[in-house]
Amino acid sequence: MPTILMPALSPTMEEGKLSKWLVKEGDIVSPGDVLAEIETDKATMEIEAIDAGTVSKLLIAEGTEGVKINTAIAMVLGEGETPGELPPQAPDQIGSADPGDEGPLNAPAQGETSVTAEAKAPAPVAAAPKSVAEADPDLPEGVEMVEMTVRQALNEAMAEEMRRDKDVFIIGEEVAEYQGAYKITQNLLQEFGPQRVIDTPITEHGFTGLAVGAAFAGLKPIVEFMTWNFAMQAIDQIINSAAKQLYMSGGQVHAPIVFRGPNGVASRVGAQHSQDYSAWYSHIPGLTVVAPYSAADAKGLLKAAIRSPNPIVFLENEILYGSTGLVPKMDDFVLPIGKARIARQGADVTIVSFSMGMRYATQATEKLVSAGVDVELIDLRTLRPMDSDTVIASVKKTGRLVTVEEGWPQGGIGAELAMRVMDQAFDFLDAPVMRVTGKDVPMPYAANLEKLALPHVDDVIAAVNAVTYRS
Amino acid sequence: MARKPAAVAVPNIPELTEAQELQAYRSMLLIRRFEEKAGQMYGMGLIGGFCHLYIGQEAVVTGITMATIEGDAQITGYRDHGHMLVMGLDPKGVMAELTGRSGGLSKGKGGSMHMFSNEHRFYGGNGIVGAQVPLGTGLAFAAKYRGENTVSLAYFGDGAANQGQVYEAFNMAKLWSLPVVYIIENNKYAMGTSIERASATTDLSLRGASFGIPGEQVDGMDVRLVLEASERAIEHARSGKGPYILEMLTYRYRGHSMSDPAKYRSKDEVTKYRAERDPIEQVKARIIERQFGTEESLKAIEAEVRAIVNEAADFATSNPEPEASELWTDITVAA
Repeated sequence: MPTILMPALSPTMEEGKLSKWLVKEGDIVSPGDVLAEIETDKATMEIEAIDAGTVSKLLIAEGTEGVKINTAIAMVLGEGETPGELPPQAPDQIGSADPGDEGPLNAPAQGETSVTAEAKAPAPVAAAPKSVAEADPDLPEGVEMVEMTVRQALNEAMAEEMRRDKDVFIIGEEVAEYQGAYKITQNLLQEFGPQRVIDTPITEHGFTGLAVGAAFAGLKPIVEFMTWNFAMQAIDQIINSAAKQLYMSGGQVHAPIVFRGPNGVASRVGAQHSQDYSAWYSHIPGLTVVAPYSAADAKGLLKAAIRSPNPIVFLENEILYGSTGLVPKMDDFVLPIGKARIARQGADVTIVSFSMGMRYATQATEKLVSAGVDVELIDLRTLRPMDSDTVIASVKKTGRLVTVEEGWPQGGIGAELAMRVMDQAFDFLDAPVMRVTGKDVPMPYAANLEKLALPHVDDVIAAVNAVTYRS
Repeated sequence: MARKPAAVAVPNIPELTEAQELQAYRSMLLIRRFEEKAGQMYGMGLIGGFCHLYIGQEAVVTGITMATIEGDAQITGYRDHGHMLVMGLDPKGVMAELTGRSGGLSKGKGGSMHMFSNEHRFYGGNGIVGAQVPLGTGLAFAAKYRGENTVSLAYFGDGAANQGQVYEAFNMAKLWSLPVVYIIENNKYAMGTSIERASATTDLSLRGASFGIPGEQVDGMDVRLVLEASERAIEHARSGKGPYILEMLTYRYRGHSMSDPAKYRSKDEVTKYRAERDPIEQVKARIIERQFGTEESLKAIEAEVRAIVNEAADFATSNPEPEASELWTDITVAA
């Protein structure tokens, strides 16, 4: 004998008005018959009968306001049933009295069966677990160092991983026949064939979703975005499908996928093609975000990214593609994701940067060192998980921090670093943290304006002078 | 009160075997009773957030799944409970996910719209309208890449059929001859907007025409027709001919979600579908007419289904919430 309860009709409803009864006592109802109208703050809704039966009693008069959800409002007797004794009605009663019919759902409120999620205070929970990255592996003694461009380093990383694992494939615009819009995929088609080096139509949203689906099925796609600007068309698939999948499946389905391509400002290409997405993607739990500067890091970290079981956003930089560096000549040079690199040790001031920002920071450091400032320069390399330990240890030593990035200031990587330092090394600071960032404007086209919008070596020097009270 | 849908023998309607009729009846009834229970539990505040019920559309997923073989993958949007039940996922796990408990299929961390099973090759449970279409196309890509003989079934609604990424996926699926069947569950309303008010062309089976993808409209209330069309479509995809579109003409009896006031359609329309087209009543009438069962034997199936649903509801209300430590798990895979 079901008792009809005041239903919850929306995620936020707590009570409503029983505005109208459409049945009276003694009526015979069938499943789907409308019993009453309920008015909430949002809408008027109908309550339907679930089972056939006879309306034996209406417990709440029509027009009653503020009827709490789960209050018994009527009783309907099934075939051959007789009215039982109605329990005393509490105004905020949850559940109703009818043991024996539908199991625990109609049982009186008690214990687990009747407690809604928000009624319980959440248990206290420890802080987020800390990710600890390994140090870079020691290079074999006497290893040959080969000079190569970042472009070659990225190309070698992909080729090596594709040789190693046939589940790895590359997909994107112009990656195959054209040999890559920026030649990062040069010769991959020749070596691996069109099954594994796949030109797509210009369809970022679609091919990104397709690649994420292939990753759910166990493949290891490398998605090349011609530039990260175009990935905004696909950002839903990157965040909602790839980054959140493991969590919302309770650990069952994961997406081993690398999204890569040039990020940030190129040169004279205007507002829509000049943007730094570092802070955007580093905001997202579930993503790993890598932004290398040197050729060696580009190679070692891209190989690590391709092997990772997680979705990786790998932010390259067009201007850095042609820059050269020394890369160890090894069969398998893989670097740990999540570990910053101390590019120069020093005692006076810490400069933290990544990707293209490292170019400004490195040039500034050279000038500052020759002017007698002992700079410690840190290349983050990975933005999420961010290697706070290395930064904090450095700031505890130097007492001063300058951050350098091309992105916009609000909610940027520098803002995050400043907060972490305030949180964990406030007492060690001898000066406020200073940020050097791109200007807070869309990127202009005119050469002089573009120059003004970008950070400069002199900005870094000025910031260091300020925090060291030299200016 | 028994309804009397016509069980008329129309020529060209393929007849199901006794086993198929009984399987279809049981599967659809399980969805119906499960969803009714979920609706009740939502009303009691035991299920939170959004809850989209499949009531009325049962024949679609039931008929299609009857045409699949082991290893075929399925993916859908947020109206996903029925798909999981038919694919054999544990009803207790589904219901416990609805109530946000540790025994839910996603440990309570996904909810109604986010459940998955690698084992059964069910890939959700996707909350962003249309996103499952490229994802499902990617499942087909993986099958082809690996030389597997499996097919991907990607379900979406008449609402999602207007999302741009659907056509991006269509293009690549045809271009690369991927083994995917697109199933458009056209229940006439995208939330509260009727297809006529949202779509410049309303025959959605033609939506693949400019890519050369064949499509057909199917009476999605008749499980026989659903099965027959699905066998054709799946065979097309499995044999290497590329994608196929099935537009399933169906109807949801309930609102878009639990908080839907249903002001956009008439009560008569709903009543008419329930009385004349109900997929379960159609099967039931045939089973009795063809003497595959009696009122009594069907009542026994009903009792069995109710017991499964009650057991699921019992589990979903007694099972504990996830441990607080679960907050921090499953964010990334430990490398």
